[in-house]
Amino acid sequence: MADAPKTAAIKKIKAAGPMKDLMGAYFKELDEAARQRSARVAWCSSVGPAELLRALGFRVYFPENHGALLGTSRLATEYIPEANAIGYAPTICSYLTSDVGAWLKKTTPLTKAFGMEGVPRPDLLAFNTNQCRDVQDWFAFYSREYQVPIVGIETPRSVNEVDAAHLAGLTAQYRALVPKLEEVAGQKLDLDRLREVVASSYRCTLLWKQVLRAGTHRPAPITFFDGTIHMGPAVVLRGDPRAEEYYQLLAAELEERIKGGVAAVEGERLRFYWDGMPVWGKLREHAETFAAAQGCVVASTYCNSWIFEALAEKDPFVGMARAYTELFIVRAEAYKERYLETMARDYGIHGIIYHESMTCPNNSNNRYGLPGRMAKKLGIPYVVIQGDLNDLRCYSDEQTRTQLEALFEQLHDRA
Amino acid sequence: MPDDPAGAIAALAAALYCGVDLGASATKVALVDGAGSLRGWSVRPSGVDYRAAALAGQEEALRQAGAAPGLLGRTVATGYGRDNVSFADDRRTEIQCHGVGVYHVLHRALTVIDIGGQDNKVIRLDAAGRRLHFRMNRKCAAGTGAFLEEIALRLDLPLGSLDALAAGATEAVQLSSFCTVFAKTEILAHLRRGVPVGAIVRGAFASVVARVVEMDPLPGEVVLTGGVIAHNPTVGVLLQERLGRAVVVPPHPQLAGAIGAALIARHGLASSAQEGLDA
Ligand code: SF4
Repeated sequence: MADAPKTAAIKKIKAAGPMKDLMGAYFKELDEAARQRSARVAWCSSVGPAELLRALGFRVYFPENHGALLGTSRLATEYIPEANAIGYAPTICSYLTSDVGAWLKKTTPLTKAFGMEGVPRPDLLAFNTNQCRDVQDWFAFYSREYQVPIVGIETPRSVNEVDAAHLAGLTAQYRALVPKLEEVAGQKLDLDRLREVVASSYRCTLLWKQVLRAGTHRPAPITFFDGTIHMGPAVVLRGDPRAEEYYQLLAAELEERIKGGVAAVEGERLRFYWDGMPVWGKLREHAETFAAAQGCVVASTYCNSWIFEALAEKDPFVGMARAYTELFIVRAEAYKERYLETMARDYGIHGIIYHESMTCPNNSNNRYGLPGRMAKKLGIPYVVIQGDLNDLRCYSDEQTRTQLEALFEQLHDRA
Repeated sequence: MPDDPAGAIAALAAALYCGVDLGASATKVALVDGAGSLRGWSVRPSGVDYRAAALAGQEEALRQAGAAPGLLGRTVATGYGRDNVSFADDRRTEIQCHGVGVYHVLHRALTVIDIGGQDNKVIRLDAAGRRLHFRMNRKCAAGTGAFLEEIALRLDLPLGSLDALAAGATEAVQLSSFCTVFAKTEILAHLRRGVPVGAIVRGAFASVVARVVEMDPLPGEVVLTGGVIAHNPTVGVLLQERLGRAVVVPPHPQLAGAIGAALIARHGLASSAQEGLDA
């Protein structure tokens, strides 16, 4: 540690400008659609049936993206108590509680960031329980408040292998959504249009994967912290060709960095894997802490969760059913261990950070002994940091800093 | 530094290396000489001015060592307030310093438990003093010195009187709550029922032990460090009973982190090849 620089500048990715423009355009369109009724607005869970909604002409809004904005702007902790006060416990998803809290206060960071008056009024809410039950309960709140229909896919959880029985049931569920979606959309589903959207979403996935795989290079041209910001279009605009264009641009910039030997973290010496969600309100601090120790978080479960390689233009319903069930978060521990093992090897990982989000058990993979088993398998050290995606009351700067620095010391002293 | 080389060598040999462990409740300072022997130390409350506490501790330790400030070599700071020790040449975590401090004395594979004022740590070292693994308690005061401070306050007892009360008690109440606030409510109920204070304090000590045992399987030889064990040896006795095996308490358990920091200072600022820093 002694010879590591104590402060480290975070290197800006040039594509950040175009990304901000793209996100701005996305929110503007949503806002216009909601205010001028020029298109129907659907709210969708982040790994929900977005392609189907887009194919039916909905403008798609993602409350989890809003939750992350509340987190990064550090407003979440202020609004969570509002939701607690009406009966949503402080121990449940802090995306839910901060989002509902902000809604109750009639405020949103979208006003400052994108000039929107408020969140875009929904015509319909669509969830998928593949990630958690909270999305259903969260959307149910808005369904009651706005008096609009709520539909969903009820995906089983802790799945070992995604098999034919899963796919048959889930494909039927996707198909069963269509009549209700058509009714709200005021148009019939055009299968060719769905294929087009799915194909675009698939190309976006491949490009996003290419971006993340750039992290396998030494030195890595991109960090996990960059990834959490640049994943925006993959979440909210998948299925829209503009997302593909954006990732072409980003992938090219990273390719340039690789060619020029440009490291995201100057003097990269240590490579880390981050499991679990980011602590949104602490992204910058965390990025700086790692950079100061010449440590780069080169890969993560979180950013990789928006890779949907099973999407299939030819068979869009089965492809969606498979893609949104094969996700890490849906799977059993045995799968997760295999996945982490592969990632650690592919990315040349020296240490793993498991973030235990106190309000999201679904994204906290330390609770059933997995870190200990992985340490035995991989022979690399790890830390578990207790924190949260949005509720900073669950997070201690001091404890996190000490744990991370202790891990750096351990690895530097071994090096 | 004298001009002549012999004088320089003599000055180096006489130099003292300083470790400052600025904890949440106490600031510990240790001075070691070139051979790694403890020459002076100080333990004082951290208060609210951390820098002042560190400076005063250093002065006190120098006085105790009978050494002039000019003899001071490098300083390494550790602990919660390590960044506030502006005169330190380097900073290390408590996790590393406690490991180094204990290994220096015992020189074998160990599981070190540091029960501090604000948090607990478990550090596993191999036979060469390399750190194998570490854990910190959850973001909660349960099981730490802060918990015992709260209990003393609740029982209206001076902190220094807890150990004698716990040691003298034949029974211990069960405090089942994870939460310090709820534990205090449980204590109220025990007081209402007329349970002797000693049994309550012994129960609180047992609760500290229970929180520690939950952190790690604690394999091999267990060593206890930190302020809690320094002032409350009965915690060590209870841990021994719970584990069913001997628990080692090194000399100056509260100084283990500061001594570790001083030993790191003695070895220079470059990373040590191994945590143990051979004496
Ligand atoms: S997965 Fe976790 S963070 Fe995401 S919506 Fe569900 S509970 Fe909230």
